[in-house]
Amino acid sequence: MISTELAHEQHAFEIPLLPRHEEEASATPSRRLSTTTISTLTIATLLVLWWGVTSAGLIAPLFLPPPQNILIKFWQVSTHGFMDSTLWQHLGASLARVFSALVASVLLGIPVGVAIGQSRIAKGILDPLIEIYRPIPPLAYLPLVVIWFGIGEFSKILLIFLAIFAPIVIGTANGVRQVSNNRIRVAQSLGATPWQLIRHVVLPSALPDILVGIRIGLGTGWSTLVAAELVAATSGMGFMVQSAAQFLVTDVVILGIAVIAIIAFGLELGLRYLHKRLAPWSLPNRDLG
Amino acid sequence: MPHVLVDRVTVRYSDANAKQAALDNVSLQLEPDQLVVALGPSGCGKTTLLNLLAGFLRPTQGRVLFDGKPINGPAADRGVIFQDDALLPWLNVVDNIAFGLKLQGLEKHQRKASAEATLKQVHLDGFSGHMLWQLSGGMRQRVGLARALASDPAMLLLDEPFAALDAFTREQMQELLLQLWHQTHKQIFLITHDLEEAVFLASDLILLSPRPGRVVERIKLDFCHRYTDGESARSIKSDPHFIAMREHVLNLIFAQREPIPA
Repeated sequence: MISTELAHEQHAFEIPLLPRHEEEASATPSRRLSTTTISTLTIATLLVLWWGVTSAGLIAPLFLPPPQNILIKFWQVSTHGFMDSTLWQHLGASLARVFSALVASVLLGIPVGVAIGQSRIAKGILDPLIEIYRPIPPLAYLPLVVIWFGIGEFSKILLIFLAIFAPIVIGTANGVRQVSNNRIRVAQSLGATPWQLIRHVVLPSALPDILVGIRIGLGTGWSTLVAAELVAATSGMGFMVQSAAQFLVTDVVILGIAVIAIIAFGLELGLRYLHKRLAPWSLPNRDLG
Repeated sequence: MPHVLVDRVTVRYSDANAKQAALDNVSLQLEPDQLVVALGPSGCGKTTLLNLLAGFLRPTQGRVLFDGKPINGPAADRGVIFQDDALLPWLNVVDNIAFGLKLQGLEKHQRKASAEATLKQVHLDGFSGHMLWQLSGGMRQRVGLARALASDPAMLLLDEPFAALDAFTREQMQELLLQLWHQTHKQIFLITHDLEEAVFLASDLILLSPRPGRVVERIKLDFCHRYTDGESARSIKSDPHFIAMREHVLNLIFAQREPIPA
């Protein structure tokens, strides 16, 4: 307990003594590119290559449509729609499912995680249940979910919920177990009741791990979306990509994939920002500005 | 009736070392005006003793009474300070200090006012809005002291409070502790393995022997009173009497050592 706390504290208050990248180490004033610039250049090169091979007619549009077609499709699907819904309606349907599942996972996962982290009995009961279903790919138990709960909205949200729930529980339990003994003892010596301990010491201490759990969970949840929307959906990003694939509308497939990727990236950035705002003490670089 | 009574207490942990008691039939009396320091090498049961007084641990045999009543667990009348400050990093300095008052359900303005006053006592006025990562180790330890004081406990229990600090900061903290003792008249129980610290701070020095943990010696000292009467810490610590006492205590500890097998 104490050793983990020490490791945690050292991590949290570590001042990086050695520059991590070569570029920071060399003090030469020569022209150096920032990492962001290099990444941007990589994406740009990829786009130019894509545009080049498709414009030169090296690849049939059925396999890889040129980028400009995707942009045109973006406009068409945004305004006129695809399969009875616009891009925004598809996206809205998907986000609504993922966020319903997220809210349910947070509301259920945090108490379950606290219980596992605090009580040996709760751990004995709940830990195996979660560890049994967690490694199974959602597509594997999807048929069972359909047999039990039908093909309605509930089944889709349940599938995403299961994907988000486990990481939140594991993250919370982990964070709860790592709360420093002394922190708890001092609070008890200040007269904290068991409930006050959880509310004012355990939960805030575990917050960084809970946020990491949410981040990982949201990532898996978003990737489970396509599987969830295979279940007789009539809207959603997963549904849009799936039905476009059935009609070999490759540009809509690529458009769908691109939007899914951008949203995933946005969610990740949003949660990192949230972590910085809510638990700045747990980040190695506490540049508070 | 003594204020704190440790009555024929034995503590045995249920692990591999269970054969040897961590504390073996220890009896102690602590009075409100005393600053009791328990000194001994690691494994001598001094942490066990502090945990008993704090209520984190119950004796296997014997009883521990506080104000005539058995100690049933941690409570707000006995404040604890650890080597690692155990502060809450999501709260700023003043909210950390007011944490105990918040748990007791005090109104926000009341606890702020009280915490600010305690902040002055530990010479940290002006830092109330700071976050913990902006403070040095010594300042954080002072916040820990202030947090314990703010709840106005009858007794302070300090578990090697200055062991992680650098030598210069440690000296300052020792002086601060004596000042606080003098101002607040709190009963203090402190454990340390720092010989000089023990001799300087203690009004009553308790020497413990390792495995099984027993009280070897209890010595009344007056170096702390000389400090609170106005003499400087350096003048006390360089006094031949102080040095002689330090060496005497050291010899008592060395006499307890197991001989190194040939």
